[in-house]
Amino acid sequence: MNKNEKDWIDITSGVNVRKCMRCGKCSATCPSYDEMEYHPHQFVYMVEKGDIEPLLNSVSLYKCLTCFACVERCPRGVEPAKVIEAVRLTAVRKQGNNHLLPDQIPDMLDDDLPQQAIVTAFRKYTK
Amino acid sequence: MQTFTYYPGCTLRTKAKDLDAYARASAEALGIGLIEPENWQCCGGAYTSATNEPATKLSAVRTLMAAKETEGLVTVCSACHNVIKQTNYDISRNEAMAVKVQRYLGLDEAYTGETKVYHYLELLRDVVGFDNLKAKVVNPLKGKKIAAYYGCLLLRPSKALAMDDPENPSIMEDFIKAIGGTPVIYAQRNECCGGYITLEDKAQAVKRSSAVMESAESMGADMIITACPLCLYNLKKNSGGSLPVYYFTELLAEALGLKEVSNE
Repeated sequence: MNKNEKDWIDITSGVNVRKCMRCGKCSATCPSYDEMEYHPHQFVYMVEKGDIEPLLNSVSLYKCLTCFACVERCPRGVEPAKVIEAVRLTAVRKQGNNHLLPDQIPDMLDDDLPQQAIVTAFRKYTK
Repeated sequence: MQTFTYYPGCTLRTKAKDLDAYARASAEALGIGLIEPENWQCCGGAYTSATNEPATKLSAVRTLMAAKETEGLVTVCSACHNVIKQTNYDISRNEAMAVKVQRYLGLDEAYTGETKVYHYLELLRDVVGFDNLKAKVVNPLKGKKIAAYYGCLLLRPSKALAMDDPENPSIMEDFIKAIGGTPVIYAQRNECCGGYITLEDKAQAVKRSSAVMESAESMGADMIITACPLCLYNLKKNSGGSLPVYYFTELLAEALGLKEVSNE
């Protein structure tokens, strides 16, 4: 475990993961639950334990829709989406770790796709 | 006339021109002045909640500062509204962030959240008033059963957006009543459509938007309204559903007699 990495994630998220009481409501309400390898409650728990490496390499980072359902519905105000965001930023801010490249975009477009989708994906997936 | 700063955002100038044009025309008819700031920039589409990344907040702060001389900042797109309100909320509570942003932008003093931000629906509710709106309706949408789709970005996180009850909202239903329609309440109205995941995981966007569409259909809606270009896209292209989907500003303009009546 990299202590610095855990500290950095705690600072970046601004979340106190120790407030979690393990009720699982975040994962129960997550619209991406079925697509995720690690679920919102596991992000919170694993960051608390310092078990960061599996999260940094997981596809789950790119399945969070940033819909804030878990943030709104957590009875302890833990805000799991901010933890996922902090882990994702730790991953994509490393050199060569962009999840989405501009060259990939043309094949993803259709005539009706709003610009909003592209700028949002870049903000979530790249530096 | 009350004058507000109006931030259209990237998509209202391109794929969502109807959302923009009918918002402007309706505001004018309702006696609200909207001034677009010069050289505005894209909000980024999604709010970066990181407490230590000033770069992702700069565009929203520029926009917020541009509104200082007017009565507030009005946005229509759900995503712009979400990013700008969350930025405003967080920067008012994070002094270190406010100072970093001040240095980046070369400001004389730090911006700490002074601008009041309104979603266009809030403008209708809190400034115009739904009763006054109702009085100006010339073409009520009588007999139309309309499902309001809030999605994720209009209401959450509620402590920053402070727009309505995040689990049992009423602002869009009250809007529908004001323009003469009948609101339809359905379970998925404040769940996510899939958003930007449509770019790299179409199947997930199909799953989410289909759930929303089926929920609205099952409650007998004739149509769905939204404030978000990406919700509109997902519901139209990915849901496989049969209901027409409109921007709320289209129905507003129609009710105010500013648009030809659609005959669906």
